[in-house]
Amino acid sequence: MLSVRGLTTEYAGRGGAVRAVADVSFDVQRGRFFTLLGPSGCGKTTTLRSIAGLERPAAGEISVDSTVVFSAARGVFVPANRRGFGVVFQSYAIWPHMNVFRNVAFPLVVGPHRMSRGQIRDRVLRVLKTVALDDLAERDATRLSGGQQQRLALARALVMEPKLLLLDEPLSNLDAKLRERMRFELKRLQRELRVTTVYVTHDQSEALALSHEIGVMSEGRLVQVGTPRTIYARPVDPFVADFVGTTNFLRGEVRGFDDDRTRVHVDSEIGAVLAIGSDELDLGERVVLTVRPEDVELSETPLAGVNARTASVDQKIYLGESIDFRVRLGERVLLARSHPRLATKIGEPIHLRISPESLLVLRDG
Amino acid sequence: MRALVVGTSIALVAWLALVPLGFLLWQSVHAPAGGAEATQLTVEHYRAAYSSRETARLLGNSLQFAAGAALVAFTLGTLLAFVNERTDTPFKRLFFALSLVPLVIPGVLFVVAWMLLGSPRIGLVNVALRTLFGTDSVFVNVYTLPGMALVDGLHYSPMAFLMMSAAFRTMDPALEEAALASGASLRTVFVQITFRLAWPAAFATLLILFVRALESFEVPALLGLPGGIPVLTSAIYAAVHRYPGDVGLASAYAVALLAITSAGLWFQSRLLAQGERHATVTGKGYRSRPIELGRWRMPVATLCILYFMLLIGLPFLVLLWSSFQTFYAVPSRAALAHLTLESYRFVLGFPAIGRATLNSVVLAVGTATTVMSLTAVVCWVVVRTRGHGRALVDQLASLPIVVPGLVVGLALMVFYLHFDIGVYGTLWILLIAYVTRFLPYGMRYNAASMLGIHRELEESAATSGASWWATFRFIVLPLLAPGLLAGWLFVVIVSIRELSSSILLYGPGTEVLSIVIFELWENGQYVELSALGVLMIGALLVLALVAQRFAGRLGIGAV
Repeated sequence: MLSVRGLTTEYAGRGGAVRAVADVSFDVQRGRFFTLLGPSGCGKTTTLRSIAGLERPAAGEISVDSTVVFSAARGVFVPANRRGFGVVFQSYAIWPHMNVFRNVAFPLVVGPHRMSRGQIRDRVLRVLKTVALDDLAERDATRLSGGQQQRLALARALVMEPKLLLLDEPLSNLDAKLRERMRFELKRLQRELRVTTVYVTHDQSEALALSHEIGVMSEGRLVQVGTPRTIYARPVDPFVADFVGTTNFLRGEVRGFDDDRTRVHVDSEIGAVLAIGSDELDLGERVVLTVRPEDVELSETPLAGVNARTASVDQKIYLGESIDFRVRLGERVLLARSHPRLATKIGEPIHLRISPESLLVLRDG
Repeated sequence: MRALVVGTSIALVAWLALVPLGFLLWQSVHAPAGGAEATQLTVEHYRAAYSSRETARLLGNSLQFAAGAALVAFTLGTLLAFVNERTDTPFKRLFFALSLVPLVIPGVLFVVAWMLLGSPRIGLVNVALRTLFGTDSVFVNVYTLPGMALVDGLHYSPMAFLMMSAAFRTMDPALEEAALASGASLRTVFVQITFRLAWPAAFATLLILFVRALESFEVPALLGLPGGIPVLTSAIYAAVHRYPGDVGLASAYAVALLAITSAGLWFQSRLLAQGERHATVTGKGYRSRPIELGRWRMPVATLCILYFMLLIGLPFLVLLWSSFQTFYAVPSRAALAHLTLESYRFVLGFPAIGRATLNSVVLAVGTATTVMSLTAVVCWVVVRTRGHGRALVDQLASLPIVVPGLVVGLALMVFYLHFDIGVYGTLWILLIAYVTRFLPYGMRYNAASMLGIHRELEESAATSGASWWATFRFIVLPLLAPGLLAGWLFVVIVSIRELSSSILLYGPGTEVLSIVIFELWENGQYVELSALGVLMIGALLVLALVAQRFAGRLGIGAV
């Protein structure tokens, strides 16, 4: 459906062009929800704006359903107003001088297909109904709450039945409670309408909750593309592991392999451990080990098996649904998340174990 | 469509801003072509202009006059701004409203009113004080350098007031409160914090007042020339108007004037950019607690009222008095018996005045409409696009701010005399002059409202399928509308009071109101002049009130 190949977008900055997006390629299948995730300044919004036609990329090709909307090589650039993609902006960009109805009707009025008043009215009211704004059609757009404005922006993007829906951090201006509700709302709507969606956010939990697929970006590059589960459980490098969720890092050196080379023996900061390798690794290579706090198993009774250690409790934070321990192993402190039942006192010894399946070996980036 | 509209607008702006001025510079170094001879490169005009002792005196007068006027305006304006923004004086809103009044009164009227108040023999102030003290001394004489500086400074003190009010208002009160909390006394806080913070704004204000006074034409022409105190502006006027006119000499003076004003404004913009680093402007919505004046409250308010009497009350009253006379006479019981509406009858019946009114209105409306639509497009280019040329376009449209009105007039006169496309001597040349002069105001009004329009409001129109023109027409223009209207009214007002460009460009049949006043003054028809002035002030005040309502909503002060 959507295909982005070798996308590169530059800005004129001080002393030459600044590369905001460098050689980004990905595909989104029809009806799928694809999220570009990354910290601010990573180029995710620029990528989205390039797809929308609001930026003119320096290189690459973008096509939708085999229609090329941008190609540097062939000199194709379809302007934003001819692409027919629905866009929801971070600020919502609701036109303050129009009411709710006229905001939504605008794309139909200025669009390429002439429509009768009646047709426009039907379409607008139908889409307002899907976002539950149909009883506010005549209200001034400026007199809507944050959540209503957000739904209005969505309605306006959907009214022309776009092939592609592009959303730029649409939930970031809402307060925490509302954001959570709109997240479900948005997911339901997308799954119902089956509109192909590209979503930009810096919020990893939003990305994990909404997407079929996530592309993690850093410094203008697409670092990893995968399902939410893959991204979380099998990050390809320390950046992704760190950005998506909380994690522990341990330095180490490869000492040996199991027979099928998936299991790796590593000499780490907490001694010799058995871990799982993601890449082709060399003997003696410096690596980084990563393990999620919830995968560090804690117990007051000694634990048997591989990767078992005895540590001491350094600090703990009670969070209600769970409890975070900082446990000291020699020079290192590890973060472990446990059931709140566990009540070991600070300073007392505690036993821990990390399953080799949860201890991931990454190349030292 | 986009290329057409944007291209035309930018080309127009470039033409207006560059061509006549460039020609003036070229002209000032060339000898006029006589008969078959071609023009020749020469520095003769500059030698003539700058070798004489007369010129040294001219420059000295100009600088002294400008410095004096700037100081007077700054002192009065700053004091009032301080009282109004930082103390608990009564009548704050009234003072603010009153301070805007002089900005709409044509300079020529204000000067004539002060002539009637402050001339050594018949000036009302002198007459009154003489009667009061029973002497023959002259208390005020507006026909001297200090007198000129006083009148000009007084007229432009509201400008200082507005600029300094803004400076005092945007200062973060937390900075002062922090000093108070550190144990500093109120006095120490003022000296060490308040005035230190206000200093960049104060110096910038002083500079802009100085530059403006240098460009001032009314006071030098009406008070300076009869008083034998020529400055650069009046010298340019005199050089063109004597017979035979010496345009080369006038150009040389104009170039000097231009050099000084450009330097001043360049320095001022540097200063402002530096001031931003001080970041006193936080835009927070609260104000500091005003200083309690206590028993000084009434005396301070009285002083302010006295100031407004000098600024508005007396000048208007003297015009009003004079307008009811047959021949101007100092108020007395005898003169009171001769009150008449004769002068109003003359003003309303005199065909030249009717024609001038029509010219003024047509020009004002035409100028305002042209300026606002042109700068709406240009501003869009400057604020929205990312091309390399946009900074240049911005500078082009703002360039005329450094050019004194008289120099604009001279440049256009010279240019359209040489390239005769039939505009010389018509209303068109006045329109061109006004549009050129007021482009920067249009830019300011439009930029302020354009910056308030989020970029995504336009981008969402584009992604909705709207073309550039549809976006501009249905999204940008409606959102700009309040700013457009406020700017439009403001340009109408400044167009009607314009004199310094018109004075070199008008011809028979294309007189405007300010020119008629100037001519009435030249003929000594004070009574008729006063009647016309009273009517004009009334009409302009109404316009200004409307303009202020719109500008207030946008938070833009008058200039």
